[in-house]
Amino acid sequence: MKQVAVAGRSRKTFTQWLKSRKGQQAIIILAFTFIPLLLLFTFTYLPFGEMVKFSFYKMKYVGKREFVGWDNYAALFQRKGVVSALKLSLYYMLGAVIQILLALYLATILSMKVRGGNLFKGLMFFPYLINGIAIGFIFKFFYTRGFVLDTVLQWCGFSLENLPFWLRDQSINNWSLVASSVWRYFGQNMVLFVGAIMSVDDTLYEAAELDGANKFQQFKYIILPSIKTIVTLNIILSITGSLSAFEAPYVITGGANGTGTYFVVMNTIAHTNQKVGLASAMAVFLLVIIFACTILQKVLFHFIFRNASADDESYAAKKRGRRAGKEKLV
Amino acid sequence: MSKTRETRKRCSPAAVMWGTVKYASLLLCSLISVLPIASCVITAFKTDAEYKTTSVMTLPQNWLNFDNFIQAFQKANMLTAFKNSGIILFFVLVGSIIIGTQLAYILNRFTFPGNSLIRNLFMFAALLPAIAMQVAVYEIMVKLHFVNTLHGYIVMMMGTDVISIYIFIQFFENLPVSLDESAVIDGASYFTIYTKILLPLLKPAIITCMILKGAGTYNEYYCAQLYLQDKTKYSTVATSLYTFTGPLGSQYNLICAGVIISLLPALILFIICQKQIYSGIAAGSVKG
Repeated sequence: MKQVAVAGRSRKTFTQWLKSRKGQQAIIILAFTFIPLLLLFTFTYLPFGEMVKFSFYKMKYVGKREFVGWDNYAALFQRKGVVSALKLSLYYMLGAVIQILLALYLATILSMKVRGGNLFKGLMFFPYLINGIAIGFIFKFFYTRGFVLDTVLQWCGFSLENLPFWLRDQSINNWSLVASSVWRYFGQNMVLFVGAIMSVDDTLYEAAELDGANKFQQFKYIILPSIKTIVTLNIILSITGSLSAFEAPYVITGGANGTGTYFVVMNTIAHTNQKVGLASAMAVFLLVIIFACTILQKVLFHFIFRNASADDESYAAKKRGRRAGKEKLV
Repeated sequence: MSKTRETRKRCSPAAVMWGTVKYASLLLCSLISVLPIASCVITAFKTDAEYKTTSVMTLPQNWLNFDNFIQAFQKANMLTAFKNSGIILFFVLVGSIIIGTQLAYILNRFTFPGNSLIRNLFMFAALLPAIAMQVAVYEIMVKLHFVNTLHGYIVMMMGTDVISIYIFIQFFENLPVSLDESAVIDGASYFTIYTKILLPLLKPAIITCMILKGAGTYNEYYCAQLYLQDKTKYSTVATSLYTFTGPLGSQYNLICAGVIISLLPALILFIICQKQIYSGIAAGSVKG
């Protein structure tokens, strides 16, 4: 970028150019972008490149490296547990959909006149601010045989003998983990949706009420169309999120008893077994899937919203700027 | 006229039913949100004997029994942990706010070849799951001699925070360019414009980002346990809780006390800055 500017003013001396507005601009641009780009390169793009390279080597973090070609990728599909770990993301996908629907329902309620609305909102949102390790302990405690959940269920009339071991029974333990993840994040989704609903023009509700529309009709014809974009975006996003599900199993069960999701397995292979090559191949493989999903999502997203009705168009146009930014963020 | 309409509507059977459903669902969901935390609070106040003999949901005999908290605080070496977390928070926040506002300033105010390239580089980086990247970042951290040093961890955490850059850019868009232009006419340098004119105006955005980034940094544990391996010297509040795995793993009255201590700062922050947190979530939306 600098060369272009320099070429245009080659007749002036360099110091003169530095003092000109153009020169000042170039200096400030370089000064202010250098560190962020250096950090971005060192901690994102350099490791990204290294990771792709590692995936073709048999190696540990220290010691000899041996080029093995596509062997790591072949091993990935033969290794027991890797493919089945990927299947676990289906649980998390379903959990994410439930989470979004629940958040949407609660956000709708909260955006109407509710006594103590702020308190409810705060109580439901707070879990989002708890650190992961604490979450792990809280839910180990919560699900332990005869502890919190079992006690509460016993109050409700269940007998302890009929209750499963929430974290040990393979038929239920993944659901337990998904539930903890929904517990942690639905409040955040809800706050997000409340924000979107609040940005809807108030006069619309008033007009609807004068026309005798009930709450459900208000939801269906006013709220839903105006936040369709952000809801769809979140549902679509949850697909990639589920593929990389990690925290809940990592902190609560450590991936034991068939709860190890793809990244939990990868984490063990990389940092416990130190099979860096294989772990890198796993990471690259999932990244490819995630990219494919993201591209598919973008196409799908545009398809959905190109077919939107004329009414939504004006809203979409208004929000386009914001959405464009958000989409890029994804 | 409008008043009679109001009352009529409020008392109709449908409205009563909807009101019941509304509050019932709010109460139920709030209860579910609170229950796991409340059970921890209850247990944290119990003596060992009480913990072993009573059901987990029985209230403690003495709500002023802070022994567990004191013990947990000492056993997990939380004084060091809080000190480390404080240092990390301070430098990460200062660093990332400076970097973020500067980059946003450049990207928003100057058109130059490479502007959109830089934007896209950051957006693309947000796509890469952090956990997967650590496989290779670890090797780089080793080469830079950053493992087991606070400054290494701080530099890494300062890295690429797309959300705050995005929030800053959005905020810059609402600050009129005429501000810059009139300053240019007055002969101010770009650096002066950034520090003296734009930065003060950016305060609300900076506060929002500080809260979000602060909560994120305080709660971060994965990279902390990976890169700050010396648990006695470099534990953060989040990783100090690891002390309770192993032999202490079933002493839940102690563990719960530790958990409560670790989430107190987040709770205080939340109570004070509720509004900014909500608006930050709405602005930064998709991530999380």
